[in-house]
Amino acid sequence: MRVDETLKMVIAACDAIIASESYLTEVDQKIGDGDHGTGMALGMRAAKEALFMKESFETVNEIFKTAGMTMLNSMGGASGVIFGSFFLGGVRGKEAITELDGKTFLHIMEESLDAIKKRGGAGVGDKTMVDALEPAVLAMKEKDSDCISEMMETAARAAAEGVEATKRQIAKFGRARYLGERALGYQDAGATSVAILFQAMSDYLKEQKTGC
Amino acid sequence: MKKIINKTENPVGEMFDGFMAAFKKYYEPLPGMTAFTYKNRRKGKVSLVIGGGSGHEPMFSGFVGRGLADAAVCGNIFASPNPNSIYETAKAVEEGKGTLFVYGCYAGDNMNFDMGEELCEFENIRTAHVRIWDDLASAPKERRELRRGIAGDVFVIKIAGAACDAGYDLDEVVRITEKARDSLNSVGLAISPGTSPGADSPMFELGEDEIEYGMGIHGEPGIERTKMQPADVLVKRMYSELKKEMDLQAGQEIAVLINGLGSTTLFELYTVCYNLEKLLLGDEIKVYDTDVNSYCTSQDMGGFSISFLKLDDELKQYLDMPCASPYYTKGVMTDEG
Repeated sequence: MRVDETLKMVIAACDAIIASESYLTEVDQKIGDGDHGTGMALGMRAAKEALFMKESFETVNEIFKTAGMTMLNSMGGASGVIFGSFFLGGVRGKEAITELDGKTFLHIMEESLDAIKKRGGAGVGDKTMVDALEPAVLAMKEKDSDCISEMMETAARAAAEGVEATKRQIAKFGRARYLGERALGYQDAGATSVAILFQAMSDYLKEQKTGC
Repeated sequence: MKKIINKTENPVGEMFDGFMAAFKKYYEPLPGMTAFTYKNRRKGKVSLVIGGGSGHEPMFSGFVGRGLADAAVCGNIFASPNPNSIYETAKAVEEGKGTLFVYGCYAGDNMNFDMGEELCEFENIRTAHVRIWDDLASAPKERRELRRGIAGDVFVIKIAGAACDAGYDLDEVVRITEKARDSLNSVGLAISPGTSPGADSPMFELGEDEIEYGMGIHGEPGIERTKMQPADVLVKRMYSELKKEMDLQAGQEIAVLINGLGSTTLFELYTVCYNLEKLLLGDEIKVYDTDVNSYCTSQDMGGFSISFLKLDDELKQYLDMPCASPYYTKGVMTDEG
């Protein structure tokens, strides 16, 4: 996938979050602060604006860096760092990428996952966005295809299953931590955002019939 | 929910600009950020930078000034400031002696300040941090690093500022600040929830005759919901928990802060003080200094917290050193007049 197509895929992901603002708010209000939707939409609008401001991108790295840095410095809070790292974590110190294939994207996502786990200290089962991201990354790895579109399709499915799994978990982080068992039955808002991001990227690739 | 704000995407920006307009005599904003420095800040000493989410006013912005913080960096409502603002703020006040960050222990603040410190490292600015975790209701004693920072922030910032003023190096300032943090506990209760600016419903629901014991200042659920009770019953429970947690013995000297959460009147807070005084006298715990104010609020939340700081001669010395800001003054009015 070319750099300009990657840009469109990232923008599609931003748009999906912006469109889900009230849904994410609703999900977060059940057990969280209720500000996840607003925060994510704010960050994604800022990221989109920053991506449009730049005339053109030479590398995939710059796209991810621009999106990540903008989210980090517009959102604040835990989500700013975590979702900023979603884009930033995997391209830090990487050689210039001008063609994004499935394997390269997998490497980026693996490193993002590592960066997020290290920064936030959460693992699978803690009822955070890691519960959607880690299965998504593992699914990409298992699929091990040259076709990025196929990889993203399985990743999106795994992320959605990860969201379902958070309903059966007790939270170790965030406001939901203080609810203990009262958080059971409710999904994590951060994980929901991850699933939306993967679904949007997968949908874009399928519609465009690119990425294979 | 009625609130005196404008139809805007950026209520924090307007609030911040209003704060800067009010106190431009003393403070200078950092361009493009909700952060500011004290014009007459420390020179040639360790600098103190504080910060956190907006919505708790006057915490944190009200604690910048003489003998207090050199700068504050403010985030969105109840959300930590971002790493870049944290870094730029530290850069604006550092004097080559290192910068201490003091903030409440929350996942978002911890991560953003950590990243801010990493950015400082790239620029060879020496940094350290002290996270405040005074709220005893938010996690067990053995896991205090999971506890939240609430009104006890006031004592830690005050003492950190005094230690910076004294001219110590960064390690010594950290030692004294950590000592204050580790001699401190708080507990709070809410009698009514607050509402975030722009939100269409309160942070949580609470019946007219109910109270939430041990809730957080962002509406985090507490440890128990009970029926409303008279002040003496509420205070006794809070006092007993603080006494047990801190192992307070007869003869121990403490400083007390009774902090209103936003919509609780001084009338009520002095009533709390009346009941607390009786309990402290009964146990022969000596009160060195008391403060009654609404420093660390949660919008229009009703309720209060009690904070105790255990004192020894060293901490007393820093507590008594003069400090002044538009919202907090110490060491000017003395018992000698």
